[in-house]
Amino acid sequence: MLLSFSNHKLAYGSRIVLPNITLRINAGEKVALVGPSGAGKSTLLNALYHQVAEQAALCPQDYGLVGILSVYNNIYMGQLERHSALYNLWNLIRPIPSHRQLVANLAAELGLEGLLDRSVDSLSGGQRQRVALGRAMYRQQATFFGDEPVSSLDPLQGKLILQSVLSRHQTAVVALHNRHLALEVFDRVIGIKDGAIIIDCPVSELEPQQLEGFYAR
Amino acid sequence: MPASGNQLARVSLLLIALALLCLPFADLAIYSVEPWTELSRMLSGVLRPDWSHWQILLQAIVQTVAFAILAVAASSIIGLLLALWFHHRIIRVFCASTRSVHELFWGLIFMQVFGLSPLTGLLAIMVPFSGVFARVYAEILERQSPLPGTTLPPTVDRLSRHAYTLLAQAWGELTSYTRYRFECALRSSTVLGFIGLPTLGFYLETAFKQGQYHEAAAMLLLFFGLIASIRFWLRPVLIPIFLLLAVWVLPESPTVDSGYFWQFISRDIWPGALLAGDLVGTVQWYGQQLVQVAVPAVWDTLVLSQVALLLTGVLALFCYGWASKPLVVKPVYLLGHVLLLVMRSTPEMVFAFVLLLLFGPSGLPAVIALALHNGGLIAYLLAAKSDQLQLREDAPKGLNLYLYELCPRLYSGFMALLLYRWEVIIRESAILGILGLTTLGFYIDSAFEDIRYDRALFLIVIAALLNIGVDSFARRLRRYCQLQSVAVS
Repeated sequence: MLLSFSNHKLAYGSRIVLPNITLRINAGEKVALVGPSGAGKSTLLNALYHQVAEQAALCPQDYGLVGILSVYNNIYMGQLERHSALYNLWNLIRPIPSHRQLVANLAAELGLEGLLDRSVDSLSGGQRQRVALGRAMYRQQATFFGDEPVSSLDPLQGKLILQSVLSRHQTAVVALHNRHLALEVFDRVIGIKDGAIIIDCPVSELEPQQLEGFYAR
Repeated sequence: MPASGNQLARVSLLLIALALLCLPFADLAIYSVEPWTELSRMLSGVLRPDWSHWQILLQAIVQTVAFAILAVAASSIIGLLLALWFHHRIIRVFCASTRSVHELFWGLIFMQVFGLSPLTGLLAIMVPFSGVFARVYAEILERQSPLPGTTLPPTVDRLSRHAYTLLAQAWGELTSYTRYRFECALRSSTVLGFIGLPTLGFYLETAFKQGQYHEAAAMLLLFFGLIASIRFWLRPVLIPIFLLLAVWVLPESPTVDSGYFWQFISRDIWPGALLAGDLVGTVQWYGQQLVQVAVPAVWDTLVLSQVALLLTGVLALFCYGWASKPLVVKPVYLLGHVLLLVMRSTPEMVFAFVLLLLFGPSGLPAVIALALHNGGLIAYLLAAKSDQLQLREDAPKGLNLYLYELCPRLYSGFMALLLYRWEVIIRESAILGILGLTTLGFYIDSAFEDIRYDRALFLIVIAALLNIGVDSFARRLRRYCQLQSVAVS
C-alpha cells in the first residue's frame, strides 16, 4: 500500500471540503479522480501528494511555470534537487548538453520541438500545459499526481500524452474532468461528490451510465 | 518570437558594459592611512552608544520630524492638485524641473534668500516633493478604472468628479505612497542638517567630525528606530496634532527682506555681461563655464553614478534573499529585515560621510554609499514581493529556489526599480560633491561659497538637465523592456 486515509478530514483553506475520507491506493494503480468542479478533487490530490512528496512528480492545475525562463529551463527544474546549486547556476548561464538532449527528446514527445529556447510566457495555453507536464515527467519518479493535466489539449493529443505519462510512472493519481478519458486509460475510478466518495471501483466493473448520472445535477 | 527575457538581458548587459567602461575613469583609491583603526573606533561607538546628551538628541529628532511632516503635508496637497491637471504639458514640465533639482540644492538656493530659517528647510523639501507627488499621483490615478466617471453627467466639476471616482478608488495607493514619501522626507530633513539647518544631520556631522562616535551611534540608532516605527506612531487621527506641534516647535522665521529677494532674482544669479547687455560676452561666459566647469563635473558625476548603479543592482539581488520568507528561516529573515532597514533608512549622505572618514576623499565612499542605500531599498521591495509569490507545492528550496523561481520571477520588477533609481542615483552622486568629491555638487557648493550665484545657478540647471535626460533615457529602456510603471520611485 502506497497511500491511505482513514476517517480523515480534509480542508481547503479554512473550509472543510471532505469531512470523512477513507481511502487506500496501492502501488501500481492508475487512478482517475472525477467529480464536479469544487467537489474537492484538488484538495484530495494535494493531500495525497504530501504523503509521498519526496518520491512523486506533481503537475498542478496552475502549472507553476516561471514565465521569463525558457521551456528548457522550466522542464529542467524537475531535477533541480538532484544537483548542487552551483551546477544549477551554471545550467542557467549555459544549458548542460546532456540535460539539453534529454529535455529535447521529452519535448519532442510532447510536441514541443523547436520551442526549447522560447520563454514560457510567449507560449499558448496548451503549450504551457505540456511544459508543465514535461517538468513533472523529467522528475522521473515512480508516482505521478496530475490536476487536470491535459485539460487544455485536444482530446486525441490529450489521450496520447496521458498514456505516455502513465506508462512512465508505476503509480498515478490524476484528477480529470473528461470522463471518457477516465474510462479509456485508467484502471480505477474514484468519484467524489458532496464531500464524500460516491464511486470507487475498477474501470472494468464500472457502468458508463454510472458516471453519466454522476455528473448530472 | 524571441524569449521575453531577451530585452531584459540586453538592458542588463548594457548597464554592466557602461559601468565597466566607466570603471577605469573612476577614482576608487583608498587615501586614508589607517582605515581599520578608524573603523574599529566607529564599531566601538556603535556597540556602546552614548545617550547622555539626550536633550540634544530629542531636540534634533523633533526638529527633523517637524520639517518632514509639514513639508509632506503641504507638498502632498500641492502635488495632488497638480496631478489633476497633469495632462497639461506645462504642468508636466514644471514638475519635472522642480523634482530634477535635489533638496540640498534647493536648500542652498533658498538659504541665500531666507537665510538659515525654517522656511528654507520647508521649501527645500516641499518644492521637489510637490513635483514627485504630482507625477506619481498622476500615474496612480491613470491606473484606476475610468468607468465610474462615465456615469456622471458632464456638468460635474473636475474636482468633485475626481474626488468621487478616481480619488476614491486610488485612496489606498495614494496614502501608502505618501507614507513611503514621509520616510524619504525624514531622510531629506536629516540631510539638510549638513548645510546648517538644526536637524539630525547637523549634529551627526558635528559628532563625526569631532570623532565622537558613541554619540553619533546613539543618533543613528534613534533615527533607525524612528523609521522602523513609523507605522506605529504615524496614525491618521494623530496627523493634525503632529502638524500643530510641528508648527509650534519650529523656530520663528526672521522676516524676509523683499528688496534682497528681488536683487537675488534679478541681478545676483545672472552673469555680469548679461546685466550689462553684452550678449556676445554672455554667450562667451556661459560657453567658458560649460567647457571649464560643467563638462568635467558632469563627466565625474556620470562615471561615479554608472559604477554605483551596477553595484546597487548586484547588492540588491544579493541582499533581498536574506529577507525573503520562502527562502530563509525565521531568525535569518528577521536579521535580514534589520539589515535592509539600516541600509534603506540611512541617507546616502550619511553613509558617504562615514566612509569618507574611513577611505579618504575618493569616489569609493560615494559609490559604496549610493549602492548601500539604493541597493537596500530595492532589496527591501523585492523581498516584500517575493513573500507574495504563489509557489508550487513542490517548489525547490534554498539556492535552487532563489535561482530558478524567485530571481526570474522578480527580475522584471527588479529592472523597473533599478531604472527608476537611476535618476535618483545621478541626483545623489551630484549632491555628494558637497562632501568634497568632484561631482557637480562640489562646484555648486563652491560657487555659493564664493558668492558666484551666476555660476551656481548655471550648474544647477545643468544638473537638472542631466537628471531629466537620464530619466527620459531610463523611461525608454523601461518601455523597451515592456516594464509597467511601479508605484515606488
